[in-house]
Amino acid sequence: MTHLEVKHVYKSFEDKPVIQDLSFSLQKGEFVSILGPSGSGKSTLFHLIGGIIVPDSGEIVLDGKNITGQKGHVSFMPQHPSLLPWRNLLDNVLLGQELTGKREVEKARSMLAAAGLEGHEKSYPHQLSGGMQQRASFLRALISPQSLMCLDEPFSALDEFTRLEMQKWLISIWEQYRRTVLFITHNIEEALFLSDRILIFSERPARMLADISVPFPRPRQSSLFLESEFFDWKRNIYEILRGEKTTGF
Amino acid sequence: MKRIFSKGGRSAAILLLFLAVWETITRLVNIPNWLLPAPSAIVKTGVKVFPDFLPHFIATVKLSLTGYLIGCGFGFLAAVCLHLLPKLKEAVYPFLILSQNIPIIVLAPLLVIWFGFGILPKIIIITLFCFFPVAVAALDGFRQVPHELRYYMEMAGATKSQLFLKLELPGSLPSIFSGLKISAAYSVMGAVVSEWIGAQEGIGVFMTIASSSFQTEKVFVAIFVIMALSLLFFLAIVLLEKRLMKWQPKGDDKR
Repeated sequence: MTHLEVKHVYKSFEDKPVIQDLSFSLQKGEFVSILGPSGSGKSTLFHLIGGIIVPDSGEIVLDGKNITGQKGHVSFMPQHPSLLPWRNLLDNVLLGQELTGKREVEKARSMLAAAGLEGHEKSYPHQLSGGMQQRASFLRALISPQSLMCLDEPFSALDEFTRLEMQKWLISIWEQYRRTVLFITHNIEEALFLSDRILIFSERPARMLADISVPFPRPRQSSLFLESEFFDWKRNIYEILRGEKTTGF
Repeated sequence: MKRIFSKGGRSAAILLLFLAVWETITRLVNIPNWLLPAPSAIVKTGVKVFPDFLPHFIATVKLSLTGYLIGCGFGFLAAVCLHLLPKLKEAVYPFLILSQNIPIIVLAPLLVIWFGFGILPKIIIITLFCFFPVAVAALDGFRQVPHELRYYMEMAGATKSQLFLKLELPGSLPSIFSGLKISAAYSVMGAVVSEWIGAQEGIGVFMTIASSSFQTEKVFVAIFVIMALSLLFFLAIVLLEKRLMKWQPKGDDKR
């Protein structure tokens, strides 16, 4: 079942095209990554889906409803944890629900516990590590009532070790909940490890270079990083990004 | 707590040194009391006039508290209105600044002409002192909310009122409190100034009577009490701030 559909979207800023005729769709429960060079208009795409900017033409359809230019239809995890410093962890996790739905305190508590954040419910964000803050930020998006989650390079500000931990953690949580996820990244390995499909974007103006289905079975283990098939896929994507190839295998 | 004590201890030492030098000089040079009384003479007078002084003191405390609450409330409301209506802010902001250039001591007699000797002109004067620091601090606080938090709230579908109540208002509290602290010190001064222009009682009245009869010790008693009162107001706000903002990283008050 189609969950999100982006249809022929164009967007330019001051006559400079940023997104040109972009169309793709997400199935319900799919984890899809958008991979592209930095400054390729990936974030602009998120702003369009989030409704804080309006496309020049084209439409964005969620569950069969046109949501172009409407806010509040996606739950969002930004690059920085963006937790409110005056709220404790529990109240921060509940923020997304508060904005568009109802607070479910018990659910939030059990999710925090499952995420290894038990005992930190009353802690303030500045008392926690970057990885813990990002976990809370992800839970905030996960518990929000919207069915589509948009994750904008959520691990790019973390150090290498924490990032790997977070990727493993994210994939295990996601495999439990199976929400539809649109994930922006510029890290090929991250995209391969996490996603069902990878959409590869060109440099500005953003066009779709390839739409790749990732064949690795779930649940995925971090040993995947060391398999030769994983390397082949990595090279393949790298070549597409450099414009040496136009399709997947 | 320890840090506050050691900081306070150093300030107290400087104060004591200052008083000691003052005391010694007035004794050595033999300065007459009506010109510059020694601290010991001021304390003696203070103890002696205490029963007479108390009603004046209470009147001033009441007046400054009332004026402070009204002034700060007015400043805060003005900031909220201007923030929620950016067009109005553009138009009104210059006048807000101009209002601070009105010489209040000159304005005071005019206010008496317009509003009489009641409480209203006094409240207006204190409000003129108090509202500006709070209004400007609150406006800055609303505006300076971190960009990424605002971005998250917008992407997550926050309405304008949610944006204000859940993000801008709590986020501006540190800024608002610095405005409140400045106004706390101003409010006592405003109250005394307003009492000069005509009142039944109050430290300002006590002061005017004392200075016109060359009872300089009494003037100094009044000055010290005013200073202590300002400090007390200020400390009360600091305590309130500490209670309300436990979430702030502790490193902030390291200085």
